[in-house]
Amino acid sequence: MIAALAFYAFAAVLVTSAAMVVTSRNPVHAVLFLILAFFNAAGLFLLAGAEFLALILVIVYVGAVAVLFLFVVMMLDVNFAEMRSGFVRYLPVGGAIGVVLLAELLIVGLAWTVSPEAPRLLAAPIPEGVTNTQALGRVIYTDYIYLFQAAGLVLLVAMIGAIVLTLRDRPGTKRQDVTRQIDRSRRDTLDMISVPSGQGMTVPPKPEVAKPESPKPPEPAHTSHGGGHH
Amino acid sequence: MGVMDRTMRGFFLSELVSGMALTLRYFFKPKVTINYPYEKGPISPRFKGEHALRRYPNGEERCIACKLCEAVCPAQAITIEAEPRDDGSRRTTRYDIDMTKCIYCGLCEEACPVDAIVEGPNFEFSTETREELLYNKDRLLANGDRWEAEIASRLAADAPYR
Amino acid sequence: MQSFFATPFGTLVFTVGAILVIMVPVLIGVAYLTYAERKVLAAMQLRRGPNIVGPFGLFQPFADAIKLMMKETIVPTGSNRVLFLMAPMLTFALALIAWAVIPFGEGLVLADINVGVLYLFAISSLGVYGIIIAGWASNSKYAFLGALRSAAQMVSYEVSIGFVIITVLLCVGSLNLSEVVMAQQGLWFAIPLFPMFVVFFISALAETNRAPFDLPEGESEIVAGFFVEYSSMSFALFFLGEYANMILMSAMTTILFLGGWLPPFDIAPFTWLPGPIWFVLKICLCLFVFLWVRATFPRYRYDQLMRLGWKVFLPFSLLWVVLTAAVLMAFGWLPGQA
Repeated sequence: MIAALAFYAFAAVLVTSAAMVVTSRNPVHAVLFLILAFFNAAGLFLLAGAEFLALILVIVYVGAVAVLFLFVVMMLDVNFAEMRSGFVRYLPVGGAIGVVLLAELLIVGLAWTVSPEAPRLLAAPIPEGVTNTQALGRVIYTDYIYLFQAAGLVLLVAMIGAIVLTLRDRPGTKRQDVTRQIDRSRRDTLDMISVPSGQGMTVPPKPEVAKPESPKPPEPAHTSHGGGHH
Repeated sequence: MGVMDRTMRGFFLSELVSGMALTLRYFFKPKVTINYPYEKGPISPRFKGEHALRRYPNGEERCIACKLCEAVCPAQAITIEAEPRDDGSRRTTRYDIDMTKCIYCGLCEEACPVDAIVEGPNFEFSTETREELLYNKDRLLANGDRWEAEIASRLAADAPYR
Repeated sequence: MQSFFATPFGTLVFTVGAILVIMVPVLIGVAYLTYAERKVLAAMQLRRGPNIVGPFGLFQPFADAIKLMMKETIVPTGSNRVLFLMAPMLTFALALIAWAVIPFGEGLVLADINVGVLYLFAISSLGVYGIIIAGWASNSKYAFLGALRSAAQMVSYEVSIGFVIITVLLCVGSLNLSEVVMAQQGLWFAIPLFPMFVVFFISALAETNRAPFDLPEGESEIVAGFFVEYSSMSFALFFLGEYANMILMSAMTTILFLGGWLPPFDIAPFTWLPGPIWFVLKICLCLFVFLWVRATFPRYRYDQLMRLGWKVFLPFSLLWVVLTAAVLMAFGWLPGQA
């Protein structure tokens, strides 16, 4: 009884918040509704007994992805009134695309046949003493190991791509070289000279310290020792 | 410093650990601050605190309304009005110090020929309203009566250096 | 009596009671953590700290609480009212709900779920929302800057925390927090996994926005960061949330590395103290280190913070995951593989 109530509550909030994602005027509100939707999806997973998936959903989507969404949306400051200005003009094209997508979904949905195995699998009791974390692990790392690794590779490619696209070596920027800073010792930078009074002195040339990359300008005054120079 | 040495220092966070050892040593050291409202630091006899108007031992107020303090006050915090009293002596009818303007330079004290206006040892006269900091003659005389013993001893202590 | 707690209503009563039994000490702990922080910082700076309100200033937290409650709640014009008020509640609630899975002793846990570690990790990764929403809803430059810093910082350090947790899980073979503790009988993970312990603790400092990683609220550059615009109870909730998170992170460190409720040695004088007392003592030790670090180190610069997170901790913890897995495999120490 309680489980059923919880299911309908989660499902109702999920659908409502998903609708609000699309309809809310403020993009930040939209992202926050998206987060609410994620939460309710996690709740549904929990009800289905898939606590590992539920928490991974929260960690990955809510804890990381949606934060970045929110980040971007807050920074962008999108003007929605302006974006809606051509609504009527684009309505026919957009509507046509919508209809095509709907038709595709319907075709797929109507052609869906439930595998005869499914009810039996659903009814099968969860093996005793196996948490669903272990169960998932057993499936992913045995039967689907190649697919799993392929998914990892896809993400790796995306990551490398993002780095390659954004990383550029701008000349003339000052960078902090922590090892060089730590390497400095008092001997390299400080000479104690006793100047005879009334005569002054000329500054003797610094003894050249062996530096492989010597054309760099001298280190800025602050020598901040970073904490974790492992 | 060799590469190996540096790496090991970095890996074992030796600088961080030595920094933390320092703060831990200080943790057990005796405190250097005083427990202020209950303990107070020593105050020089020349300390310039709250103002007071003094009286002679017979109860006669010292101020003769010469207005030198009013003239010398760089912040123009002092306002004096004067007229002859019934016995013919020249006295102030009004002696106001706006403590919100006062910069505690002590020039009024220096200017006074009869040691009437002085800056006493009291520095704890904060108020809740601004109006309470606009001192009038009554307030200043009351201060003088309250702090006379200390003011006199301070003046005596400082006299050899003047 | 037994039958009463078996009924649905009885279960509800029991759960609410258990929540109160956990929450009240945690909140009192939060109150006294603020006091301890001021005292420890004061001692390390050769000052006295609060000593007026009550004996040794012990009632200072309550005086502060009353002061904050008496103040006026100000909602800035131009702020997003609903989100502005929601953010502190969110921060505070998240700091408290995580305690549901913390085992205080053998069997002394409100919800002994199988994915306790993931639950804690999820909750701690949600903490960023309170901050980012507060920063945005305040409609203030400083608040927004603080929120952005905080978001970037917490997301970065979560990655290395995740890897550290994976290392521990490799040694335990379970996501259940009680089992994590029980796996440390005889040898706490802080000893074989010492580098990971250090990485975890430093990341925990960053995750809770504590010094030297307190850039989101760097008072010398962006005033108070994300909570500049807050006053009164809404400010107090942020404050409580931050300190409850500190306690939570210390509890996590204790469970993952310091053997939870287990005594340091399983021999007579140490076993006399009950488990929960050991647990609290270890949390106090971690909290002391939190404060000690704050008294010792200056604040990081933002690029240094990012460098430490991404270029030092991430590869290092990844390396240790691989190393640990390799060692466990090579010597056949992998748990759950009889």
